[in-house]
Amino acid sequence: MRAGQSTRRVSTDLVGIAVILAAAGIGFLLFPDNLALLTRIIALALLVLSLDLVTGYCGIATLGHAALYGAGSYAAGVAAAHFAISDPLLMTLAGITAGAAAGLVCGLVILRATGLPQLVLSIATVYLFHELANKLSSWTGGSDGLSGISPSPLLGLFAFDLWGRTAFGFGVALLLVVFVLLRILARSPFGMLCRGIKEDPLRIRSMGASPYRALAKMYVISGAVAGAGGALNAISTQVVGLDSLSFTLSAEALVMLVLGGTGSLYGALTGTVLFMLFADFVSAASPFHWLTMVGALLVAIVLFAPKGLYGSISDYLARRRGTA
Amino acid sequence: MSPILEARNLQKAFGGLKVIDDVSLRLEPGDRVALIGPNGAGKTTFVNLVTGNLRSDSGDVLIGGASVTHSGPAERAHRGLVRSFQVTRLFQDMTAEEHLALAILERDGKTHRLAGSYRAMPQVMREIGILLSTLGLGTVAHRKVREIAYGQQRLLEIALALALRPKVLLLDEPAAGVPQSDTGRIEAALADLPADLAVLMIEHDMDLVFRFARRVVVLAAGAIIFDGPPQAVTRDQRVREAYLGSYANVRRAH
Ligand SMILES: Nc1ncnc2c1ncn2[C@@H]1O[C@H](COP(=O)(O)OP(=O)(O)OP(=O)(O)O)[C@@H](O)[C@H]1O
Ligand SMILES: [Mg+2]
Repeated sequence: MRAGQSTRRVSTDLVGIAVILAAAGIGFLLFPDNLALLTRIIALALLVLSLDLVTGYCGIATLGHAALYGAGSYAAGVAAAHFAISDPLLMTLAGITAGAAAGLVCGLVILRATGLPQLVLSIATVYLFHELANKLSSWTGGSDGLSGISPSPLLGLFAFDLWGRTAFGFGVALLLVVFVLLRILARSPFGMLCRGIKEDPLRIRSMGASPYRALAKMYVISGAVAGAGGALNAISTQVVGLDSLSFTLSAEALVMLVLGGTGSLYGALTGTVLFMLFADFVSAASPFHWLTMVGALLVAIVLFAPKGLYGSISDYLARRRGTA
Repeated sequence: MSPILEARNLQKAFGGLKVIDDVSLRLEPGDRVALIGPNGAGKTTFVNLVTGNLRSDSGDVLIGGASVTHSGPAERAHRGLVRSFQVTRLFQDMTAEEHLALAILERDGKTHRLAGSYRAMPQVMREIGILLSTLGLGTVAHRKVREIAYGQQRLLEIALALALRPKVLLLDEPAAGVPQSDTGRIEAALADLPADLAVLMIEHDMDLVFRFARRVVVLAAGAIIFDGPPQAVTRDQRVREAYLGSYANVRRAH
């Protein structure tokens, strides 16, 4: 039984990897001229996965998560533009490090409160980060954005081409690595501790664990993931703007997560893809009403599939399997 | 012997109502104490003050002679002070096995590991197996808590406390809600506890109290009115009055 359980786990991981690869392949075939969109979806998927770690897995309400993503984006951009660190892997490492550091700072602040005050603190942090980036314009380019980022070829072999093929391939690889690491994290002792904290922090305390420490640690991990997404964004678009550090992006990330379903990696991925493709499609078809349509989609999903698209479907399948 | 747990002059009021009024109590290693008293006497509140789940208005708590008055419940748990809850508090989405794994890993300082699984730790699996079979939970090991009967959840609550290998164990009505057929499991588990563990059990079932306790403490209206051997408790005039309700009324009137 136990061996069966662990093989089943590994095989669901393999299914996940296969699904991501298949989705990437289909995207590549459907949008050969718009790989930039696909790469942007991957970068945002990393942000939404990162948000899922604190919101879905730990129950922390935040509308400021783009602070971590933006920190990663600017770190990768600044490394390339000001320090001539143009190796894409090193830029990604810079993004991950800065994201983790931003996660620590934001986490220590946001975790001081719970509930509504926590939400307000999270909004405050993203505004502060935004303002900081705006003020440090000699480093960040302020409202003009940070340019002059030209990553050198990946592994010295694959140049970042005009069509965005290398960036896309790099994004897919990055997403796969993160996905596998997060699957391992979710079932580790630490993942189990976080599930307990989400449900009943007081009970966890009586077992000897400190929720604050654990959640701060999760924020650092979450920051690393968001930072990787931010770095991917900097590498692929070769500019970094203040919008990567905005309240709007934070709110959109939360919308994507809720669309897909919180508390599962697949939910986060589904929500991001759904939101981005829908927004792209609708904004091309009807440039003036696309926000209305996105709003309507959100209302429909929240009303009819309150656990998000992925969450509701997997619930439905589990129920059917239960009655069958 | 020196006390493993000491509560000194604890006080707690909710609003204007004094719920714990200058209570002191010492437990020594190996103690088997029953804490009894009428409904609303303050028994659960006393446990909450001792474990740090509630902050006392004044007074001190010492574990093994060291003050923990200013430490939170997590720190006190790590020093060996473990409790169970009167109303079961378990994680609805976790299996019985995962509960015990989490407790054991936390006790051993391993919950911050980012990879691996308790299933690959033979020691942990063995310990879980022993705890589950002691409390007759083997058949529900892989069930989520929300799918198992309340009586079994009560047993899991006790297994969880034991998994932390306490030095002092505070059990808040462990048998409440457990079907008669299963109370034997609880008694057997209690009888098997390490001899040097100090146990304080809140319990309303006097048969259970008399079988378990070597010392009985009676709390009424927030104060200790009796502390002595079980044989003496039923003969005590103040205890009789407290259970008739008169004692509580007199104290509240002041
Ligand atoms: N958080 C709280 N706020 C206000 N009053 C409280 C609170 N907790 C307990 N009380 C009150 O304190 C008194 C003691 O409650 P407590 O739960 O400690 O009693 P108990 O002896 O455990 O009773 P029981 O045998 O019913 O479990 C009761 O009058 C209760 O209403
Ligand atoms: Mg009580």
